[in-house]
Amino acid sequence: MQDSAIQVIFRGKNLLRLFQGLWVTIELSMIAILISILLGFVFGILMTSRFKWIRGICRFYLEFIRIMPQLVLLFIVYFGFARTFNINFSGEMAAIIVFSMWGTAEMGDLVRGALTSLPRHQIESGLAIGLNQKQLYWYVIFPQILRQLIPQAVNLMTRMVKTTSLIVLIGVVEVVKVGQQIIEANRLTVPSSAIWIYGLIFFMYFAVCFPISRLSIYLESKWKE
Amino acid sequence: MVLNWEFIERSLPLYQDAFFITLKLAFLGIIGATILGLLIAIIKIKKIPILSQLSQLYIELSRNTPLLIQLYFLYFGLPKIGIILSSEVCAVSGLIFLGGSYMAESFRSGLEAVSKTQYEIGLSIGLSPIKNMIYVILPQAFAVALPSFAANVIFLIKETSVFSIVAIADLMYVAKDLIGIYYETDEALLLLVLSYLIILLPVSIVFTVIERRLRYAGFGNSSHLSGQEST
Amino acid sequence: MAKKILEINNINKSFGTHKILDGLSLAVEEGEVLVILGPSGCGKSTLLRCINGLETFESGEITLEGESVLADKKNLPKLRQKIGMVFQSYDLFPHLNVMQNLTLGPVKAQGRPKADVETEARELLKRVGLADKEERFARELSGGQKQRVAIIRSLLLHPEVILFDEVTASLDPEMVREVLDLIGELAHEGRTMIIVTHELQFAKAIADRVIFLENGKIIEESQGKDFFASPKTQRAKDFLTVFDYSTIG
Repeated sequence: MQDSAIQVIFRGKNLLRLFQGLWVTIELSMIAILISILLGFVFGILMTSRFKWIRGICRFYLEFIRIMPQLVLLFIVYFGFARTFNINFSGEMAAIIVFSMWGTAEMGDLVRGALTSLPRHQIESGLAIGLNQKQLYWYVIFPQILRQLIPQAVNLMTRMVKTTSLIVLIGVVEVVKVGQQIIEANRLTVPSSAIWIYGLIFFMYFAVCFPISRLSIYLESKWKE
Repeated sequence: MVLNWEFIERSLPLYQDAFFITLKLAFLGIIGATILGLLIAIIKIKKIPILSQLSQLYIELSRNTPLLIQLYFLYFGLPKIGIILSSEVCAVSGLIFLGGSYMAESFRSGLEAVSKTQYEIGLSIGLSPIKNMIYVILPQAFAVALPSFAANVIFLIKETSVFSIVAIADLMYVAKDLIGIYYETDEALLLLVLSYLIILLPVSIVFTVIERRLRYAGFGNSSHLSGQEST
Repeated sequence: MAKKILEINNINKSFGTHKILDGLSLAVEEGEVLVILGPSGCGKSTLLRCINGLETFESGEITLEGESVLADKKNLPKLRQKIGMVFQSYDLFPHLNVMQNLTLGPVKAQGRPKADVETEARELLKRVGLADKEERFARELSGGQKQRVAIIRSLLLHPEVILFDEVTASLDPEMVREVLDLIGELAHEGRTMIIVTHELQFAKAIADRVIFLENGKIIEESQGKDFFASPKTQRAKDFLTVFDYSTIG
């Protein structure tokens, strides 16, 4: 007897494999996000450097990474670096590199924005009570910029998770690929499974991204003075 | 890194065709997204019952899912229930679906920024509500919305890079093809990067100029160069 | 007896449980300058906004030359063209220059030819000494200049009656004078005007009739000079004393 299309989802290990595929996406995103946050702070501070040439290089890096579609960047790292520098990246590795670089740039710009919007007199007051550079950053600057920064950073994270869906196009086996495999396996028996599988993947992404974006909105409204 | 210029020359026509396809689909998608976004912004501002809630649902769905999935669903999924759309229709529809919500947010914040007094003054000089909208409100709303509108346009153009999954011979498709068949990776990627730069840099510069002009006229806010998609 | 242009009959308006206008009735004659005085919250602004259709009211009727303000929503724009209104906030349209601000109403709402309107606009600008500001934008003008442009903007619609809602309240003292001078000129030209103001000296100078409002009701109504010289009611007397500093110090 032929399974109905929707039952394909629940047959065998299909659902499990889909979740594993989703986990690949989430895992990659999390690694890239973590790196982006750490390096992003450094980059952001660099972007406010006194030296024009440092700011210039940072700006150039930022604008280039921003203006290129992420998929193009993935291609450059995955296909290009392999040929030119003879390093063979796996799709996963290329993804982590590209998303970290992109995330660092975006995060850096957010940090720069938060730093420059901090009222000057905050810094002056800090210096006036005798804090040195490091203490100034730690006790005065960071606590205050975090309020502006965190909602925007969370928003960036949602975008990163969504964009990692692109890695299917450089051969990484993640949720979309798994879905396609399932559809292919059932092509003859349950030809209409495609709509349910893709529909399910659609909602899986939604289920991951929606809470994160809600969190960002919640934080923003809670911290709006 | 030595480049195979002969290969580059031969590949130019392919890139050119792909360039125009990308441009055309992006253009259609952006226009559609703008119109949809404007409608939704007005619905939400006027708080029209039922439509407002549906709009919110639409916004959440489109902003929390990747275009990739939306396209797969449209192109591979829908045919299974008898709705068969061409590649181009899928591509543009997906772009409109995704872009509409971002545009709606831009326009909504633009419209909300126009003070109620302006609205009343427009009415008090005898303009009908529609004319008031066209001549008084929308121009001001658009000026405020411009930076995020610009960011959205650039964002949508970049999103077109996934169109190859619905069998459109766009720039990514051409590049991947050339890499796969001829292994002239550097050349293929170089042309790819150049093609996108040719599309995106002028767009970015034009918007920056417009923004500067508007800021001179007394409104507009921070530059779209911060590149963020509107939240 | 002069023609009654504007008739207000038994208007009632509430915001929630708070009654703003309470059975208010009033008639304005052609060429009359009517000044409305009263403490804050007495409903004077609301009354003006009701006349212009910017606020609705629960019961009663307001008619301009026989046409009811509430009758036809589609007709409201046309009716508004006959009622000029100048607001306290001297908002010009920031995205248009002075000339465009002036011509928007007549050209787009009334359909008059642009060239004609521009000519007339230039005359008026010249009259108030702002002829050279034609191409300027709002942010380049002072408050007083903006307010005078706003008044001209209303004049260009050729309204039957002009409403002034505390138009000098947000202005610096020097600018108040230039605006009041203009309004005074318009009064002498015989325009029908309803003025809400706190500038009592000015009111005394130009008012044909004065109404004193409190809690949405007309407490006292007199001929201009009479109101200030000998107010009939205690409330009016108390109100005028507030502005009399001769007893201080």
